[in-house]
Amino acid sequence: MPGLLKRTPVRYALNAAAALGLYIVIMSLIGGKVLNRYQALMLIPIGYNIILAVSLNLTAGFLGQLPLGHAGFMSVGGYAAALFSMSVSLPPSFELPAALLIGFTVSAMFGVVIGLPALRLKGDYLAIITLGFGEIIRVIILNLKFTGGAYGLKGIGRQTTVTWVYIFVLITLYVINTLIKSRHGRAIISIREDEIAAEASGIPTTYYKVLAFSISAGFAGVAGGLYAHYLSILDPSTFGFMRSVEILVIVVLGGLGSVFGSVISAAVLTILPELLRGFAEYRMVIYSLLLVTVMIFKPSGLCGRYEFSLGDSIDGLCASIRARILKKGGGGDASGS
Amino acid sequence: MPPVLDVASLGINFGGLHALDDFSIQVGNREIVGLIGPNGAGKTTVFNLLTNVYRPSRGSIKLTGKNTLGKSTHEVTRHGIARTFQNIRLFRSLSVMDNVKIALHNSMNYSLLAACLRLPSYWKQEAEASETSLELLSVFDMESMAGYPAGSLPYGAQRRLEIIRALATNPKVLLLDEPAAGMNPSETAELMRTIRDVRDKFDVAIILIEHDMSLVMGVCERILVLNYGLIIAQGAPDEIRNNPMVVEAYLGSQREGD
Repeated sequence: MPGLLKRTPVRYALNAAAALGLYIVIMSLIGGKVLNRYQALMLIPIGYNIILAVSLNLTAGFLGQLPLGHAGFMSVGGYAAALFSMSVSLPPSFELPAALLIGFTVSAMFGVVIGLPALRLKGDYLAIITLGFGEIIRVIILNLKFTGGAYGLKGIGRQTTVTWVYIFVLITLYVINTLIKSRHGRAIISIREDEIAAEASGIPTTYYKVLAFSISAGFAGVAGGLYAHYLSILDPSTFGFMRSVEILVIVVLGGLGSVFGSVISAAVLTILPELLRGFAEYRMVIYSLLLVTVMIFKPSGLCGRYEFSLGDSIDGLCASIRARILKKGGGGDASGS
Repeated sequence: MPPVLDVASLGINFGGLHALDDFSIQVGNREIVGLIGPNGAGKTTVFNLLTNVYRPSRGSIKLTGKNTLGKSTHEVTRHGIARTFQNIRLFRSLSVMDNVKIALHNSMNYSLLAACLRLPSYWKQEAEASETSLELLSVFDMESMAGYPAGSLPYGAQRRLEIIRALATNPKVLLLDEPAAGMNPSETAELMRTIRDVRDKFDVAIILIEHDMSLVMGVCERILVLNYGLIIAQGAPDEIRNNPMVVEAYLGSQREGD
């Protein structure tokens, strides 16, 4: 029955079941030693890269602006979360989420402060000004006392586990997806499509630009918090311009405006450099060649603007099976007569 | 009955150029007004001033008695002035339905939190918005195209969709910027019916800029002629047709001695 899956509660239940199922699969792979310790630890960078890419996609893919300072927001959130968790002692199952919430809030506030002046500009100008802000944030952190300066911030509790990362990836995906498929998301996308027409249709474009920018910054902060509590040390030099570019590469490769593409691309581009370790010094050459190849043959990214929907996929599968059966039935009739 | 739109001595300078000067107009409810003039006369500038894309250097704009001067474009839209564009500006890669639903943005009011938590207000208002957009599309026989990307529609349908999107903001005054541009005579004739239909069904006043004289003369109740940023004539279509100033603006004056 195609109508059954069209019903939203069924779809929600389906997605929740799939998310839980995937979690059980991952945990049993780790528990059953199918993934070794090293491979299991790789899941954490994959997770925070997914959050970084999906959040950047909100501004780059859906809002249609090109910011180059995502690493700056990641560091703000990371430091805020780390400083919070180091200064309090809450129950373990409560401390990390609280720290990440702090990371989100502080980073989102930075997003508003930087977004208000920066979003007056567009395209390459915006890219350069956000790049500048990203560097300013890094240099400030480098010179502050309470962030540990160039020595970095040490002794952050190693609280990031695969489970936490999985939960926060789900939260990010859920929030971005529900946001996009609402009047607020449509307003954001309309700015990408035609800002003048959006304004003439009654969309307060400045508000939505800053909103998208700060939500994006907020989730970058969450990723930063996960990163901080995974490595247990924060070093300002790791949040340079190159990291912003890496995140942007993930988004562009996955497809600007495809959340699904960002997820796939983040996973692939996190694993790929590790898989290529066998090639030793040629590793980065092959990595770069792969990027170049994808951009030549699929300039819109791996997924373009395609969005995966479990419900739709099952509906589609059922429809094609039914069509095949009907065709067979029809063919039988024809030969019989 | 007071005018819906009351514009008094509106003007703007671009550098030393008086792009528009002393532009006054009162538009009554359900009135269709034409704005004509040679290229560069300042017609689109009038629209850009009415919607506050440009800030006027002088003058006043009142919509149903309320001042809209100094408000941003989206606020002017919310107050009831909607427009279409000379070169079609649709949200091209979005569906026809989404194009209309974007313009319905302000008829919904559920919050960001309600959207993310999918509260009942989200479902209710989204369902209403979908219904309203289908109704609007069906007025123009376009409901069957609701799922197509707007950019893939034929030209005439794109023009209609732009009008539908403008109507979705529930305007009191609708500004049409060259709606017949690029249309053949039979399409233009159909557009003329559409414009009258829109006025009758949606109870709006319409100001339209147009170069196609058959459309302007056929549908407008009153015409304003602009040249070099000044109103040089206004009146009923027949008066305008025979006005020597207008003929001169379009064709140039006869040289002495010819």
